Amino acid sequence: MPLLNAIVEKSIEIDNKIFLLKVYSPALTANVKPGQFINVRVSETIYPLLRRPFSVCDVEGDYFYLMFNIYGEGTKILSRKEKGEQLDILGPLGNGFNIDGDFDTAVIVAGGLGAAPFPFFTRMIDKEKEVLSFIGGRSSHDVITYEMKNVSVATDDGSRGYHGNVIALLQNKIDELKSKKIKMFSCGPSAMLRALKTFAIENNFECEVSTECAMACGFGICQGCPIESTQHPDKYLLVCKDGPVFNVKDVVI
Amino acid sequence: MSGVDLSLQIGSLKLRNPIMLASGTVGYGNEIAEFADLNKIGAIVTKSLSLNPRKGNAPQRIIETPAGMLNAIGLANVGVEQFLKEKIPFLKQYDIPLICNIAASTIEEYVECTRILTTEDAIKAFEINVSCPNVKEGGLQFGNSCQMVSEITAKVKAETDKPVIIKLSPNVSSIADFAKAVKDEGGDAVSAINTLVGTSFNIFTKRSKLKNVTGGLSGPAIKPVALAKVLEIKQKVDIPIIGIGGIMNWKDVVEFMIVGASAVQIGTLNFIDPYASERIVAELEKYCVENGINKISDLTGSYIL
Ligand SMILES: Cc1cc2nc3c(=O)[nH]c(=O)nc-3n(C[C@H](O)[C@H](O)[C@H](O)COP(=O)(O)OP(=O)(O)OC[C@H]3O[C@@H](n4cnc5c(N)ncnc54)[C@H](O)[C@@H]3O)c2cc1C
Ligand SMILES: Cc1cc2nc3c(=O)[nH]c(=O)nc-3n(C[C@H](O)[C@H](O)[C@H](O)COP(=O)(O)O)c2cc1C
Ligand code: FES
Repeated sequence: MPLLNAIVEKSIEIDNKIFLLKVYSPALTANVKPGQFINVRVSETIYPLLRRPFSVCDVEGDYFYLMFNIYGEGTKILSRKEKGEQLDILGPLGNGFNIDGDFDTAVIVAGGLGAAPFPFFTRMIDKEKEVLSFIGGRSSHDVITYEMKNVSVATDDGSRGYHGNVIALLQNKIDELKSKKIKMFSCGPSAMLRALKTFAIENNFECEVSTECAMACGFGICQGCPIESTQHPDKYLLVCKDGPVFNVKDVVI
Repeated sequence: MSGVDLSLQIGSLKLRNPIMLASGTVGYGNEIAEFADLNKIGAIVTKSLSLNPRKGNAPQRIIETPAGMLNAIGLANVGVEQFLKEKIPFLKQYDIPLICNIAASTIEEYVECTRILTTEDAIKAFEINVSCPNVKEGGLQFGNSCQMVSEITAKVKAETDKPVIIKLSPNVSSIADFAKAVKDEGGDAVSAINTLVGTSFNIFTKRSKLKNVTGGLSGPAIKPVALAKVLEIKQKVDIPIIGIGGIMNWKDVVEFMIVGASAVQIGTLNFIDPYASERIVAELEKYCVENGINKISDLTGSYIL
């Protein structure tokens, strides 16, 4: 996990105030796996002070993409980066999704910006495997389907796709899901991950989730990012080093 | 070879240069070693160790603040036994003095930890944390009482021949009184400062952002406070001081040394730029060459008021 100098290619606003930052970094793209993240120093000054973690959204040759919305100061600065600017990144960090398992259908379950790691995931998954993408959001504005395949949408207000949450939509399709050899991969708000955990365990589906936590370092030295372990309740796992992707059975969400 | 002498000595602890890595900001060395060459750093201070493993506080443990961060890790650590078994072998590969930081809930626990750890040759000194703001018992409760600090210093000193450094809290009205207590009981040095107690609330939910409600403030925001504390100690007590707080570059190191620090520790900066410590050593040397300083220890306390 070296510190890398990357060069901004362009910042693109796709719909709904969602930004894509295209960045040149052969050193990163040669090594990164879907679900891994990088920690970005958005400013050389002391404001903001800490790096900001982002999933690697996609990889195309020597370029990678980040996907984000403007949340606070760090993402605002990131959205304004221009072609040619150096970007100080640390990565790849954490463990990615295990996409080479014994399954024939990858079921993606993403909520809001939880869609970020899945374009890369979709690109990298074995061509023999089918991908079904279930995308949830409060309303149509929160639904991100960028570069995803076989998309089914659920919105809480019914403004797009299924009227209800994404787990209810999965429940609706349970017969189809049970007829295939599936593995689920998810990223999104904790309420969604919690509901998905129950759903996956009840139906005995394999499921990996990408979790989030405030981070200071991103590589295991600050102990700032604990997540409760189901197997070892006497100690926490670290989201940055042991995760951010976990088997859903291993963590308390 | 520039001919500049960057070395210094604190009690029997010899350092090749004044740059140390601060407790709690480099774990047990494994991860930072992927970036900085530990063979070039002055010393490494371990995460605070307690007698038994500690799980630490529930999340959220950290939050960024203007030019700083609050942390409430709660002394999560592997405990002394596991440290000796699993963490020391890695550190032994490097030629870097290892300083063990100890945090405890009772005076007996400080003593017991010291007794166990002092038998390990790789450990060159102890730093006693009497100033952690993030645990219920121990920590600040000790750091706020001069008498407790005296007692801990005396009892830990009695348990080991290795240098004992007491890490002081800035959350007191007169830090020099504490430094004096350490000196009177034979302590070899003080480190100043640990984090400042702070908090942060969400204005919409009205809830504290940290689960522990309060946390310790670190980073550049605290540097002026830390410098003032080091100066206060330097002016009133004759004891070596290890300056800590908000160091971001070599200039900050020089500033700490001018106000009285013999050595310094780098904390929060390791999270942002894990190469920084190694680079700062090189930059310090360059500063000395350019300014005709032959021995870096001459800088210590060279302030002009
Ligand atoms: C492994 C991981 C991958 C991520 N991937 C993406 C992504 O692909 N796209 C995206 O838009 N966002 C992603 N995030 C979230 C992203 O890091 C935050 O949106 C970003 O830090 C916001 O920065 P800001 O300065 O704009 O916001 P501010 O609110 O000004 O600053 C964010 C601060 O809040 C802290 N914080 C508190 N709680 C959290 C939390 N639960 N998660 C993150 N930071 C928190 C951070 O430490 C940081 O200091 C990811 C987070 C993690 C941990
Ligand atoms: C995340 C974090 C964890 C820390 N843990 C410890 C600890 O276990 N023991 C200790 O004595 N100090 C601990 N500290 C305090 C630092 O060693 C240092 O005194 C403080 O952060 C100020 O220096 P800085 O501004 O350079 O970070 C911790 C600091 C941070 C930020
Ligand atoms: S973010 Fe520092 S240990 Fe995980």
